[in-house]
Amino acid sequence: MTGRMAAILESLGHLLTGRLDRLGLAARFAGALVLVLWMSIRRTSLIIRELYFSGVRSLSIIAVSGLFVGMVLAVQGYEVLQRYGSTESLGVIVALSLVRELGPVVTALLFAGRASSAVTAEIGLMRATEQLAAMDMMAVDPLSRVIAPRFLAAIVSMPLLAAIFSVAGIIGAWIIGVQLIGIDDGAFWSQMQASVDVRIDVLDGLLKSIVFGTAVGLISVFEGYFAAPTAEGIASATTRTVVISSLSVLMLDLVLTVMMFRGLS
Amino acid sequence: MASSDPSVMIDLNGVRFSYADRPILQGIDLTIKKGEIVAIMGGSGGGKTTLLGLMAGRLKPSSGSVTLDGFDVPHLGKKDLYALRRRIGMLFQFGALFTDLTVFDNVAFPYREQTDLPEAMIQALVLMKLEAVGLRGAHRLMPSELSGGMARRVALARAVALDPALMLYDEPFTGLDPISVGIIGRLIKRLNRALGMTSIIVTHDLNETLRLADRVIVLSGGKVHRDMAPDEIRETEDPFIRQFADGLPDGPVPFHYPAEDYLTELMGS
Repeated sequence: MTGRMAAILESLGHLLTGRLDRLGLAARFAGALVLVLWMSIRRTSLIIRELYFSGVRSLSIIAVSGLFVGMVLAVQGYEVLQRYGSTESLGVIVALSLVRELGPVVTALLFAGRASSAVTAEIGLMRATEQLAAMDMMAVDPLSRVIAPRFLAAIVSMPLLAAIFSVAGIIGAWIIGVQLIGIDDGAFWSQMQASVDVRIDVLDGLLKSIVFGTAVGLISVFEGYFAAPTAEGIASATTRTVVISSLSVLMLDLVLTVMMFRGLS
Repeated sequence: MASSDPSVMIDLNGVRFSYADRPILQGIDLTIKKGEIVAIMGGSGGGKTTLLGLMAGRLKPSSGSVTLDGFDVPHLGKKDLYALRRRIGMLFQFGALFTDLTVFDNVAFPYREQTDLPEAMIQALVLMKLEAVGLRGAHRLMPSELSGGMARRVALARAVALDPALMLYDEPFTGLDPISVGIIGRLIKRLNRALGMTSIIVTHDLNETLRLADRVIVLSGGKVHRDMAPDEIRETEDPFIRQFADGLPDGPVPFHYPAEDYLTELMGS
């Protein structure tokens, strides 16, 4: 009995130290990445290329998702609001939900699935085919030439995509609420304008998506850089990117939301 | 100290290296002079590629010294190491071409990253390098459109772009058809003579090696087993080299991976 307990404890311990080891590796990797960041910021052409692959190519999925989320929010919101006879507040409800929460969070989740997984696979494959080693042998640091531009592109794309998501969502809500249900157009917009605050709502939402972009970007390049150079290695690294990114985004969202509301009261 | 001798390119002294707890190299002493073509041979997993990694400073020895053209490689900082590597070219086993760049841009990569040359000059240099490996006409292709032999030649053009003093070849013949093997072999020799380079070739292609190399180093058990001229290899009675040269399945290098007694394992204990 004690033998079995010991075995369970031992494997738990192994699991824990394994995770901690990985976390330490990620921290050292992030440190090394920060050191070369300045050098790679000056290579704008490299960053623009990655912005295209990660950001521009994600536009359609982000805009369409935003539109549908906004439409659903309008239907759900209208149903509740009409019980209190305040259906003209629909614009406020939808805009606040999108700008504060759904925009940054859903965008980050979609981005992790659409763009970050591809980045992990690409870097993992570059490693497996010795392209990173070849670069290193040509005295070009892969960290600043390959890794940093992809990381920076995630940080830049995320807030922009989140803003587009929110805008698409508001348009979706307008189509359902004003065009189809028949809420007053003026009330829809003017209430929204009166209640959405730039500092508290828009900037805080932006801040969230910058944090999410940093986290998701770091996870995707880290998993790719340390992927085992085999088919299974790259497959599991890609999966890990999506899973860890999604969980990190949701956890970070809770922390950030609590901090932001505490700052208000 | 041998490293102060200006005619010496590489000097390894008592180099040991292990992956985790598995010893790979157990005390390598090796001196390579400038201008030589040296082949390093040995069985798979015998530490040949590790040796290249140590010379280029990609790996650090657990003990012993690695001196390259007078520089103490394992103790160089990143900046000095990169300065040294600008004078080293390396051809990887499968070429390691950048798959997102065209053939032209692959060969242009070292110029664009390491020099301030104007684009017109780079264009001329790249076409010259591609002409030297016979692939000027392929400069618009993507690496995925090349055959294995062509990819290896483009990678060779890229590796010698900055006219390195030292070229490292990691299994340059593996997976190529006999014609491509011959082409790559001849290119290695020609580049070595034309550019006055030192070349180190890790390989297990014996025929091509004997035609190419000035000196053959045979590794076994993590040590330099023999260091001899190509002609001596053909005649030697050394059982390890004979097994290698004649392709015998069993000999000093056993056919069987170490296992418990066959009968015991089959019948169960």
